[in-house]
Amino acid sequence: MLQEKKSRTGAVVGLIFAAVMLLLVIVLENTLDLPSGHVLYSVLKKGAVYSLVAVSMNLLNGFTGLFSLGQAGFMLLGAYTYAILTVPSDARDAVYYLFGGSAINFSLQEVFGALFGNSGAGGAVSLVLGVLLAMILGGLVAAFFAWLIGLPVLRLRSDYLAIATLGFAEIIRAVFQWQALGPITNGANMIIRFPNFSNFNITNADGEVVLYLSSFVPLFIATVCIILIVMLINSSYGRAFKAIREDEIAAEAMGINLAKHKMLSFCISAFFAGVGGALFAMFAGNAQAMVYTSNMTYEILLIVVIGGIGSVSGSVIATFLYVACSEWWLRFLDSTQAFSSPTEPTRIFFIVLFAVAVVGGALMLIRRRRRKGEPFWKEVIVWVIAAVLMAWWVWFIVTGALTIPFARTGFRMVVFSIIIMIVVLFFRRGIMGDKELTDVMARLAKRRAVRKAGKEAEQ
Amino acid sequence: MLKIDDLKVRYGGIEAVKGISFEVPEGSIVTLIGANGAGKSTTLRAIAGLVQPAGGRIHFQAEDITALSPDKIVSKGITLVPEGRHVFPDLTVLENLKIGAYLRKDRDVMEHDLNWVYELFPRLKERSWQAAGTLSGGEQQMLAVGRALMSRPKLIMMDEPSLGLAPIIVKGIFDIIKEINRKGVTVLLIEQNANMALKTADIGYVLETGKITLTGPGKELLNNEAVKKAYLGK
Repeated sequence: MLQEKKSRTGAVVGLIFAAVMLLLVIVLENTLDLPSGHVLYSVLKKGAVYSLVAVSMNLLNGFTGLFSLGQAGFMLLGAYTYAILTVPSDARDAVYYLFGGSAINFSLQEVFGALFGNSGAGGAVSLVLGVLLAMILGGLVAAFFAWLIGLPVLRLRSDYLAIATLGFAEIIRAVFQWQALGPITNGANMIIRFPNFSNFNITNADGEVVLYLSSFVPLFIATVCIILIVMLINSSYGRAFKAIREDEIAAEAMGINLAKHKMLSFCISAFFAGVGGALFAMFAGNAQAMVYTSNMTYEILLIVVIGGIGSVSGSVIATFLYVACSEWWLRFLDSTQAFSSPTEPTRIFFIVLFAVAVVGGALMLIRRRRRKGEPFWKEVIVWVIAAVLMAWWVWFIVTGALTIPFARTGFRMVVFSIIIMIVVLFFRRGIMGDKELTDVMARLAKRRAVRKAGKEAEQ
Repeated sequence: MLKIDDLKVRYGGIEAVKGISFEVPEGSIVTLIGANGAGKSTTLRAIAGLVQPAGGRIHFQAEDITALSPDKIVSKGITLVPEGRHVFPDLTVLENLKIGAYLRKDRDVMEHDLNWVYELFPRLKERSWQAAGTLSGGEQQMLAVGRALMSRPKLIMMDEPSLGLAPIIVKGIFDIIKEINRKGVTVLLIEQNANMALKTADIGYVLETGKITLTGPGKELLNNEAVKKAYLGK
């Protein structure tokens, strides 16, 4: 009776889903005839990185009820730890040329290389082990700093944690750009030439790629990390975190050590943000302190809020939607040329995408409004927006060319902001609320069964 | 079982409990009654370790627990059912109960205790998948008591379990308290509903502005003129 049967089937469904998606990525990556730098791949990679960081933030903000704004700072620590430990020693003089070479003259994959060999299968093993170890160390460094911040701050109310972590992220960014630390951090210059995702593509003796894994690897690592976080959330520790979120007094009275559990959650969250930072460095191909601004934290926070505070699958879905919209699907708004002479596939793509998004979105919102009895003006807004978009769509089909007067650099962000406002207005608790995808699927299945039973009863 | 010596608790400059001493014998039901602000809740919070006493000692089974942290005290076998229920609203009933057993490692016995709680409160079993926040007030109180029982306490402390509940439900709660006591759990109860509390309790203490003014068996206090006048409205 103590075992929750429901969450078990949910876990199995979730695992199968993740495995299928990962397999699909390998297949797509190796069969799709897209140039290797296509934006689809960078969306997949960045989505993997951001979803891990978003879930780590959700662990703290959504499941433990602690508000932290230090995610970018912890990512920076992870990214630099990873980069510093994995630049090959023969590349170090070139990378650190402004400081006359690096203070650290080894790389983890070469250390493993001494054991397993540096070429062929042995080289692959030492690369994987070196990268994994560097990534874990990056996480540990981030967790250690979280522990240091947590010692004084976690005793205070949650708001102070937000301020302290925000300050920490700013300070750490300045420290890593400090010239005096140059031989280690390369000062304000970026660290480059460490292994990135494309090093994981499997090549034959001639250097030709046999099997592309460069999108699979970040997704796989993120999936493993997210599974670990989900296991933590579903364990008794996770239950204690949720208890603290819901009611600190009762949690304490039930024997949950508040300070210990808050610290645990904070450090674990920082650990995975650090791992995410290492992944981000691999994604970007460089580690550069000035990238990890509070803007990055806000992006992650936005994803968490849109996805639903307290929903892991919500965070993942929101991440990929967010990254795809900001990097890809809304890009066309940034140039006036996009609509004047669209090629045939792009045109069909936009026509379908628009029709589905507009009609589906409007119908869903209206059904929701009717069911919940929300005010009429919200429905009016939906109708107006849908009408405008549909008119635009019809015009697009008829003429095949359209120059919208607003479309120029930056217009994407305007549209993007409007979309976010709509989401916040209509989905106040995020896309998923605090439910998981498996809960939603179970509910839909149940509703379908009920409807079916009702129909059979009628006949 | 529990022995309080000259307990003093301060909130800022205010002394809420001004040196009280009392004892809770093993297997008994003891009640502290008193008006608002008499220091009843504060006393329980001090025993549970949620506030640090300014002076005095607390002994539980001959062991000094005065300076222990709340989780240590729970693992010694003292559990508090906080005033106003404080269930975890977004967690299911079952999850709430599991959190009660958070410090325990003995999974097999937990299963047994869960069945006992469900036996005591069949309503909770029916609703075990429901979010605790959707329960009625009485059900939430049952859940709060059930959650505390899941830690398998030797001493259960209840802070106003009848608060805001209809008379019929209050009676049910007191029946449950007696039932729990029959199973060998010592009960320390504080109540505004002095009538019900004194009827149920073996020993009663009357607390007035941080001091104990009267002591005696529950039934005796029920007939005491001063108590009648001040707390029973007769």
